[in-house]
Amino acid sequence: MGGVATGVAEHFGIPVLYVRLAFIVGTWFHGMGVIAYLLLWRFLPLRQPDLSPGLESATRRGLRTSGRPGAFEVFQTVALGAVGVGVMFMIQASGRGIAGSLFAPLLIGVIGLAVIWRQFDDAAWGRWMRQTKGFGFAMRVAAGAVLVASAGIYFLSQERGWSAIVDLASAVAVAGLGLLLILGPWITKLLGDLSEERRERVRSQERADVAAHLHDSVLQTLALLQKNAGDSAVVATLARRQERELRAWLYGNDEKPGDSLVAALRASAADVEDAHRVPVEVIAVGDAALDPDVAALAKAAREAMINAAKHAQVDRIDVYAETDGRTVEVFVRDRGVGFDTDSIAEDRMGVRGSIIGRVERHGGTVTIRSSPGEGTEVALSVPVRTGDQAPPEPATERVPTEEVSP
Amino acid sequence: MTTLRVAIVDDHAMFRTGVRAEIDGPVDIVAEAEDVDSAVKVIAETTPDVVLLDVHMPGGGGLEVIRRLHLRHPDTKFLALSVSDAAEDVIGIIRAGARGYVTKNISGPELLDAINRVAQGDAVFSPRLAGFVLDAFAGTIEVAQVDEEIDRLTEREREVMRLIARGYAYKEVAKELFISIKTVETHVSSVLRKLQLSSRHELTRWANDRRLI
Repeated sequence: MGGVATGVAEHFGIPVLYVRLAFIVGTWFHGMGVIAYLLLWRFLPLRQPDLSPGLESATRRGLRTSGRPGAFEVFQTVALGAVGVGVMFMIQASGRGIAGSLFAPLLIGVIGLAVIWRQFDDAAWGRWMRQTKGFGFAMRVAAGAVLVASAGIYFLSQERGWSAIVDLASAVAVAGLGLLLILGPWITKLLGDLSEERRERVRSQERADVAAHLHDSVLQTLALLQKNAGDSAVVATLARRQERELRAWLYGNDEKPGDSLVAALRASAADVEDAHRVPVEVIAVGDAALDPDVAALAKAAREAMINAAKHAQVDRIDVYAETDGRTVEVFVRDRGVGFDTDSIAEDRMGVRGSIIGRVERHGGTVTIRSSPGEGTEVALSVPVRTGDQAPPEPATERVPTEEVSP
Repeated sequence: MTTLRVAIVDDHAMFRTGVRAEIDGPVDIVAEAEDVDSAVKVIAETTPDVVLLDVHMPGGGGLEVIRRLHLRHPDTKFLALSVSDAAEDVIGIIRAGARGYVTKNISGPELLDAINRVAQGDAVFSPRLAGFVLDAFAGTIEVAQVDEEIDRLTEREREVMRLIARGYAYKEVAKELFISIKTVETHVSSVLRKLQLSSRHELTRWANDRRLI
């Protein structure tokens, strides 16, 4: 339900079914299964997703704001607590629960432990590490300890009626359990730290490798920049390329061109930037797998980018890709000199063949809008092939709509 | 119109100097700060019209600055400036209350234009932010299931966002859709409001997926 069983199973490396069975069997013993499940749900650390090195270091150095416990979390805690208490009282009422003399002190003890446990919630841990001497921390641990102690005292004062041996045994069991609960977080945290450290070591080695590579490339670029300081176009291109490389590493856009449409477009944009020294900005909403249709679309988009870079005389090209699951669309736009769309039939065979023809063979459409002085926008779109459906009919009589903006 | 008073908050001194050189004159730069605490202090003292705010900064980032100041100084507008393209940071700072997001490679005139826009209470969406917004509000949901108007973009708003993502300036968007620039501004502001206030399930989940909120 809350992913608890899966998490526990993953931790111990056993099938999740066994864990679920254990919870269910546990329920027979004074509802321990249910209570354990709820406690684990609340207190198990959430899986920490691996962030890219740049974001991780930014988080580490406090340059980003990490999530705070919101109202939802508080509500969830209270709700779970209420359910837990409810289950306990139900078991008590059914008469199969713990003897009355034990119940009250146990309840107080559990609440006390919960207060202490709360300190070791994942988010709190980071704060605690930094402000161990905090007044609030001391107060809460003290409150927890007092509650546990008063539970113990109450228990001792209530001691009568039962046989001494049973009492002693249960007292020891309760104390042991309490100790385990108090030390538990520390022990698990220690174990967690160990494996985290091992992972960290492997990671830092990888990072050192990449950092070495990056430093080489950054230094190279800086040297080139100094050499070419007079030529602003070269300087801009070098800076742009270096920026792209660093960004890809820092923020994790290191997909390969063959992976998807967006990756292919980014790779083409990078090539065009390098070859023609025009920055190309790729914005994507959604992504599509690179099937033959989409690959053709990506190639046509690449041709459109090259055309814009070659002829438009601009300092920036915008590429926008969007897919809604039915069609994939790519727009390549520049604010350059533009051209008369009527003339493309004669002197722009490249446009006819490599852009329009290519896309239409795959059942897509191409709209080119341009006029002298107004810039150009090439809109490409192909339908998405779903599942094992037959490939769409080869382009029928569809003629590309070529409109000229007023 | 009086000269706008602007504060620059960024932990890179070189970048602050660069921005100052580019925009000082047309606007009046009244304060600079390099981390969250000093930013909160100088902004409270000088109450600038617009704060250029870096997303990543010592002390919790730009988000923390907005959190601490937004309620006390509702008239100060924030414009986020960043090299970080991480969607969660960008959307996060907008949801905290920034009126726009531009990348640091923006040109001087474009930045001035953005500052003026933000000062007038309009929103500034770069192509990248428009892309993130479309991504966040993506997915078709049945109109009947939508309780709140705020949880989805209207067809017109979506069109405006798509054009901005395609690299159109507001003026070009207006021309393309046969509407006035004022109307484009209204649509963009409305999208900003939805982005900040919507509790739409998809948006929340999208944000959670990227560890936000």
